[in-house]
Amino acid sequence: MRRMMATIVALALLALPAAHAVQPDEIMSDPARESRARDLSRELRCMVCQNQSIDDSDAPLARDLRLLVRERIAAGDSNSQVLDFLVARYGEFVLLKPRLERQTILLWLLAPLLLIGGGLALWLQIRRRSRSGADVPAPPLTPDEEARLAALMSEEPRSS
Amino acid sequence: MIAETGHYALVLALGLALIQSIVPLIGARLRDDALMNVARSTALAQLLFVGASFIALVTLHVVSDFSVANVYENSHSMKPLLYKITGVWGNHEGSMLLWVSILALFGGLVAALGNNLPLSLRAHVLAVQAWIASAFYLFILVTSNPFLRIANPPIEGRDLNPVLQDIGLAVHPPMLYLGYVGFSISFSFAIAALMEGRIDAAWARWVRPWTLVAWIFLTLGIAMGSYWAYYELGWGGWWFWDPVENASLMPWLAGTALLHSALVMEKRNALKVWTILLSILTFSLSLLGTFLVRSGVITSVHAFATDPTRGVFILLILCLFIGGSLSLFAGRAGSLKQGGLFAPISREGALVLNNLLLTVACAVVLFGTLYPLAMELLADFKMSVGAPFYNLTFAPLFTLLLLAVPFGPMLAWKRGDLLGVTQRLLAAGVAGLVVIAIVWAWTRGGSALAPLAIGLGVFVIAGAMTDLAERTGLFRLPFATTLHRARGLPRSAWGSVFAHAGLGVALIGIVCETTWNSEYIATMKQNDVAHVAGYDVKLDGLFQRQGPNFREMIAEFNVSHEGETLSVMTPSKRSFTTRGSSTTEAALLTRGASQLYISLGDATAEGAIAVRIYHKPLVLLIWWGPVLMAFGGMLSLSDRRLRVGAPKPARAKQRLQPAE
Repeated sequence: MRRMMATIVALALLALPAAHAVQPDEIMSDPARESRARDLSRELRCMVCQNQSIDDSDAPLARDLRLLVRERIAAGDSNSQVLDFLVARYGEFVLLKPRLERQTILLWLLAPLLLIGGGLALWLQIRRRSRSGADVPAPPLTPDEEARLAALMSEEPRSS
Repeated sequence: MIAETGHYALVLALGLALIQSIVPLIGARLRDDALMNVARSTALAQLLFVGASFIALVTLHVVSDFSVANVYENSHSMKPLLYKITGVWGNHEGSMLLWVSILALFGGLVAALGNNLPLSLRAHVLAVQAWIASAFYLFILVTSNPFLRIANPPIEGRDLNPVLQDIGLAVHPPMLYLGYVGFSISFSFAIAALMEGRIDAAWARWVRPWTLVAWIFLTLGIAMGSYWAYYELGWGGWWFWDPVENASLMPWLAGTALLHSALVMEKRNALKVWTILLSILTFSLSLLGTFLVRSGVITSVHAFATDPTRGVFILLILCLFIGGSLSLFAGRAGSLKQGGLFAPISREGALVLNNLLLTVACAVVLFGTLYPLAMELLADFKMSVGAPFYNLTFAPLFTLLLLAVPFGPMLAWKRGDLLGVTQRLLAAGVAGLVVIAIVWAWTRGGSALAPLAIGLGVFVIAGAMTDLAERTGLFRLPFATTLHRARGLPRSAWGSVFAHAGLGVALIGIVCETTWNSEYIATMKQNDVAHVAGYDVKLDGLFQRQGPNFREMIAEFNVSHEGETLSVMTPSKRSFTTRGSSTTEAALLTRGASQLYISLGDATAEGAIAVRIYHKPLVLLIWWGPVLMAFGGMLSLSDRRLRVGAPKPARAKQRLQPAE
């Protein structure tokens, strides 16, 4: 699942780049673990910043959280255990990608529902209208517009 | 004296706007040409007075008159002249004044260039413009007066936020506002059409150039803002799904949808009701963006609660205009006649699909931005919606959209032949597949979806080229004929080719940068060498320099590639004494579309310094894409067919007058 997420994110059209406020002294010696830490950092909010992940933020709190994430990874936690640990400590607020829960279900379902609902409604309407017959004639031009049209038409060849 | 003049000019503009709000409408009701023509004069006079007010504020900033609170809080006598000027809109009051100035500019342009509009339509449009203007003049005068004096003027100002002292900021907000506020014109046209109860293809023809102008500026403004964030914020990120960015993305998505639906309306007289609704929604989203950014509600619901005057005022404006226009729409939309039948598989159908996907994308951004606020207020549940959420939801939406883009322009109006178009797009599809295979083989074992996304980008670009080749008969007809046809092709056709290709270009840039970005984070001492993506970056030394209103520490790096010295890069860290804050000035080395990016962290006591070096492959494509799109927009704007229904050159004015 995590791999799939990562690859989907790679496809994402307006994806965040690997953006870094990570300090040299924080980096873990094992590259695999470090890259796990980085992936997790991108999903965690720096709570004192305005909409920044702890991976982006220079704030001291973000550094503490980055170190905490690495500490948990070093202790052998899985990614979801690390997230659980942080949510237990700081609440759902810390997750930049909210979990699917009672309070967030509407948010997650919005796009698919709108897409399917909108698509169906449009399809039905187009079919109904194309069955129901003839074109509605355009309203006739007012004399004023007739005059304007004549003026435009007579001007056309000269402007080209 | 200058401050008072500026203030007074703004009050006069409000007075003019109030007249313009009412008199032309009475004129339209009474069919009185003179009363309707009042709108034209007041719109031009408004532009004059708001312009004077804006120039007054600029002058105050330039001469560093610290007896004015706005100047004291945002300027410094040692600040370079350029940033004294751009500092005018680097703060709340000044940026609101810029907002109304641009609104007045658009109103003035409609008044000056709208001679070929039916008189009553012009009167209605300008009256609606004046309603918006009045609301915002009042907002500025009541809650955000930039001309307030300080009783005991301080000697020195508090300087502008250093992050904003940059050329990118000089251009970004005006561009963005030209886009935001430009959509007020299509809004006013929509309301005018609803009030008059009359809407036809000619209406779309008048609206489209204005929408296009706004869209071009918004596209460039967003791209500019993104590039500014990329080089100024110092960690190489270029899009953060920040609520402030979302506030500009929403009108862009809706505006892009509007451009396409107005096309259907102009060509086929269909989608009228929807186009009107989109015009209303696009500007409503611009207003919402203004509210989100200006009320402080984004930072926290509580920040909004502690100083609610401004927020509540804008919220009122927001409710009044969005609520009012939507009620008017609900009441009148039924009376608008639908026309132009089409089969689901047709160019109209493709444009409807485009609209569906763009509006869903827009709804996702809107929901993502407002959902946490609503949950906090209603359910006392604190949550965040950030980049990972948007990336996950946008990827499938935009994949669908981009897959459909090459088909749209090649389908026939009314009833299209999907199979035939697929056959004609075969070459483009093959090009995409070949690129996927090459990238796959080349990167071996990397992310599986990155080659697919790049292939999609190539498909979109090749699709746009195919459309062009088909229309000009390239490879089928003699070259001279092709050339002749290419010259005869409407500019708007060229425009859509460029704009669509721009999408593909941006996609490729985004995927390459995200997937193959290499980074190097370390503490470096003098003569240390970093190896990043085949480049050797050697730290030659650190030194200090005194700037006009800052001190900076510069690091000098010698960059070489395979033993050949390429360049010297000098990133720096600036400390601004007045504000006590610092900025990182990243150094960029451009090679083709790729960039080497160095930014500095903190220095240690032993003379070493934390350094971040990135190699960002094809990163510039991210911004070349939008530039191509905007260029396409400009080409389309220069199309003769649009100009016929749009602003007229002065020469034609004479001929048209008798008809009015």
